Amino acid sequence: MPTIVVEVMPKAELLDPQGKAVAGALGRLGQTQPALANVAGVRVGKRFEISIDGDADTATLAAVRELADTVLSNSVIEDVVGIHVQDEPSTAVA
Amino acid sequence: MRIGVVTFPGSLDDRDAARAIRLAGADAVALWHGDHDLHGVDALVLPGGFSYGDYLRAGAIASLSPIMTEVIDAANKGMPVLGICNGFQMLTEAHLLDGGLIRNEQGRFICRDQGLRIENNSSDWTNGFEANAEIVIPLKNGEGSFIASAETLKALEGEGRIVARYLGNPNGSLNDIAGVSNTRGNVVGLMPHPEHAVEAGFGPDTAEAMASGVDGLTFFTSVITRALVGV
Repeated sequence: MPTIVVEVMPKAELLDPQGKAVAGALGRLGQTQPALANVAGVRVGKRFEISIDGDADTATLAAVRELADTVLSNSVIEDVVGIHVQDEPSTAVA
Repeated sequence: MRIGVVTFPGSLDDRDAARAIRLAGADAVALWHGDHDLHGVDALVLPGGFSYGDYLRAGAIASLSPIMTEVIDAANKGMPVLGICNGFQMLTEAHLLDGGLIRNEQGRFICRDQGLRIENNSSDWTNGFEANAEIVIPLKNGEGSFIASAETLKALEGEGRIVARYLGNPNGSLNDIAGVSNTRGNVVGLMPHPEHAVEAGFGPDTAEAMASGVDGLTFFTSVITRALVGV
């Protein structure tokens, strides 16, 4: 089933308290795991997977682009950073 | 005067808002998010809470509710609309107010009595306050940090649309902004909760007596007075 993936991130210039909290935790882990010691920052965003019956044709993609800008993101606080089509909903990385 | 309070799935403070309206001297009319009907009310309150569990973004899904078509239409025609907390978030998501609300800078839910300065006492909801009145009402949210682009902030400041500013910034809000209005002054959004400071015994502490603060009542009497005598 074709799946349209929309990725949304908080605007780069805004404070991202969620990312900051995760970065803080990674920083603490970095004290015992040297491989993590050079993590410089974390930002947390959102990924939407929209499954489509039939084809993800141009019209559908245009409608989803519109949806991404108006509903899935709020342009005051977020940016849509990626929209792409994949064949199936995502599964775990092997 | 009849003031509607819209209940959304996950609204928490709709009953308190209705009670505040009655204490201020108007009739409270319960409205439902799924209807396309404002039942002829003269003003509207979008109450606080966690509509749709704050999924997607706080207030985002509620701002797409059926009744919001009528709310947006009425607001654009000049009906007084007050959005409190989650209601404020809905008004920004519905583009009735500028700016947005993001997670508090310290990443924590904040619940406390909060000092505010009323900077605009000409809006439909604040005309009963003295100029630069300092008040205390409860603040309780996790995503109350007001943000806007530099350009929008400049417009808000320049046009006197900052309705209330925090006395001591609790959450990282730009320019200490606690509430804003639209250009016309009929739509106001406020992160703190006036409806929780309307009745002695249940409000914030004051120098005189415990829990006696009723500073929030003036928001509701303001809109009633303006409707009755057109001040």
